[in-house]
Amino acid sequence: MEALSIGLDAFFLAPFRDMFSLPDLLIQVIWEGFVSGVLYALIALGFVLIYKASSVFNFAQGIMVVFAALVLVSLYNYGVPAWLALILTIGVMGLLALSIERVILRKLVNQHEAILLMATIGLTLIIKGAGQLFFGGEPKSMITEELGLSTGSSDWEVFDGIVIFQHIDIAAAVIAIIMVAALALFFSKTRIGRALRAVADDHQAALSVGISLNQIWAIVWFASGIVALVTGIMWGARSDVSFALEIIALKALAVLILGGFTSVPGAIVGGLIVGIGEKLFEVYWGPIFGGGVEAWFAYVLALIFLLFRPQGMFGERHIERV
Amino acid sequence: MLYREAGQFKTTYADDQALLPIAQDRIGLFIILAIAFVALPLFASEFFLSSIMIPFLVFSLAAIGLNILMGYAGQLSLGTGAFMGVGAYACYKLTTLYPDMSIIVVLLLSGVFSAAIGVVFGLPSLRIKGLYLAITTLAAQFFLEWCFIRIGWLYNYNDSGAIEVPTRTILGLAVTGPQATPLTRYMFILCVVTIMTLIAANVLRGRIGRSWMMIRDMDIAAELMGIKPLNAKLSAFAFSSYYCGVAGALMVFFWLGSAEVEAFDINHSFLILFMVIIGGMGSLTGCFMGAAFIWVLPVILRAIPSAFDLNLLAATMEHISSIVIGVLIIFFLIVEPHGLARLWQIGKEKLRTWPFPYAT
Repeated sequence: MEALSIGLDAFFLAPFRDMFSLPDLLIQVIWEGFVSGVLYALIALGFVLIYKASSVFNFAQGIMVVFAALVLVSLYNYGVPAWLALILTIGVMGLLALSIERVILRKLVNQHEAILLMATIGLTLIIKGAGQLFFGGEPKSMITEELGLSTGSSDWEVFDGIVIFQHIDIAAAVIAIIMVAALALFFSKTRIGRALRAVADDHQAALSVGISLNQIWAIVWFASGIVALVTGIMWGARSDVSFALEIIALKALAVLILGGFTSVPGAIVGGLIVGIGEKLFEVYWGPIFGGGVEAWFAYVLALIFLLFRPQGMFGERHIERV
Repeated sequence: MLYREAGQFKTTYADDQALLPIAQDRIGLFIILAIAFVALPLFASEFFLSSIMIPFLVFSLAAIGLNILMGYAGQLSLGTGAFMGVGAYACYKLTTLYPDMSIIVVLLLSGVFSAAIGVVFGLPSLRIKGLYLAITTLAAQFFLEWCFIRIGWLYNYNDSGAIEVPTRTILGLAVTGPQATPLTRYMFILCVVTIMTLIAANVLRGRIGRSWMMIRDMDIAAELMGIKPLNAKLSAFAFSSYYCGVAGALMVFFWLGSAEVEAFDINHSFLILFMVIIGGMGSLTGCFMGAAFIWVLPVILRAIPSAFDLNLLAATMEHISSIVIGVLIIFFLIVEPHGLARLWQIGKEKLRTWPFPYAT
């Protein structure tokens, strides 16, 4: 009985006591979680863009992030100035989008979702192999300062302690917010944006009013390529650019579950929940399990969530017919 | 011309329901089995047995496990590697706790643990479908991987964190551990895989197997027709995980000899997934074809540069084979989404009508 009450206390009460006894640490943890949540959200955003327009579940989004960052860094290392390297990388992502649409998607129109998913898994292998072949598999450091991003940090004294904000984290948050706002405007105000929404609603109806599916697909893949590039820069600045990032990108899948596959705000909120949740869980509950719980927290959270709301937080409810 | 069923009349219901109703198929299977059981042990080199045939058989069994779940019951899973890990660790724990227990019994029991874990992670499938389910199986993958690292009891608290296979004998002959020869290990695996494939083939065409296929084709309709989704889905998870678990135990005990967590990681799950896709979802023959393709192709690719006296780094070859496999996956999806097994089927159909394809 005593052991039980100690166990309950350790699980349900002690973590909260820890939180309130050191509020500066709590703020730091939440901030860290917020930033990684923003990055998860960015990856998830790339998924959502493509899923909405073509109902392709793009497994290759994670590797596209790595690939974009690698191209950028490698171009710079070959002696190309940073701004030109950035423009060239955008060009490379555009080419990639065009060729994916031309070579893969166009041939697989009207196939089952699972088959399209498999095709993007094949694409992942190709990009991964090609990336390692051309740029080498070793981790590279991101050219943060050359792109005009500050690498310093600011301290904030609060509750008799210090909370450290890395400038790059602040930049990541700001850029993410700008990008989401820009995407929202693009979707609702421009001609192409409205065409994208039409395609997302109904492929056939969109075709019949004269929207070119091929063009739209190339555009969404390009857009998610740009999102991948931004994510790659931000993530590369926090750690190194390496292929290990691909596994981390899988967490964006858990984010998608929480947010729903078709919802842009869902991707953001889901990303933040997963980011902050897993940091808090790791710091305050992790020791009970022996650490390392970050590896599975996001997925288990998603699994539990799914049991209660199978369509995600903002996803559309499915009605099934026979 | 040779492949004709003309003149083969079936006089009993049992004949009609035979696993291979056409005599030529039976002969073909008999020849393949004869090669596998007699010719290969007599003539194949140790290298061929231990680094091509043994992994091929292990992966075939794992692919059958995944195919039961994915191709027959229609439940997408990305956690195969972890389920194989459960089998391997269970086998290791059982055989170190009870050293006197026969390795065959241990092997069969270890699959039971894997099946139990599979059922637990299969529970969400009752509410979740399709891609969402694929992501919850990722939860199984990462959670179980974490368990394999953090729970020291599973690897008997040894310092390396790896499981080392002890020597076990059957009738005085060492079948596992360092003393076992590739030949004995090959023969043991071959027997296990043959028997389990036969069982799978019969389960799949029986009542349970057909209820899985109904769930796959349209679950709501299946429910209306009296199939209990709970029973069908969970039994598919249990059956599939059992096969994966036994395959995992075979992999560590009869092929690798020792294994760490990396042997069961997410890339491993994907490898098996590719085998099922390329081989063909919903086909047992396809599992063997896919496993042969994915496992043997890189071996051949690695042999090509040395044949032309090109000195490429091993890492470079690794990357090239990754690209080639990726291209092939997409190629197959575009040309024939149902995999090698369907191509084989089409080939046989052509052969039947040859040389008069329009005479029906």
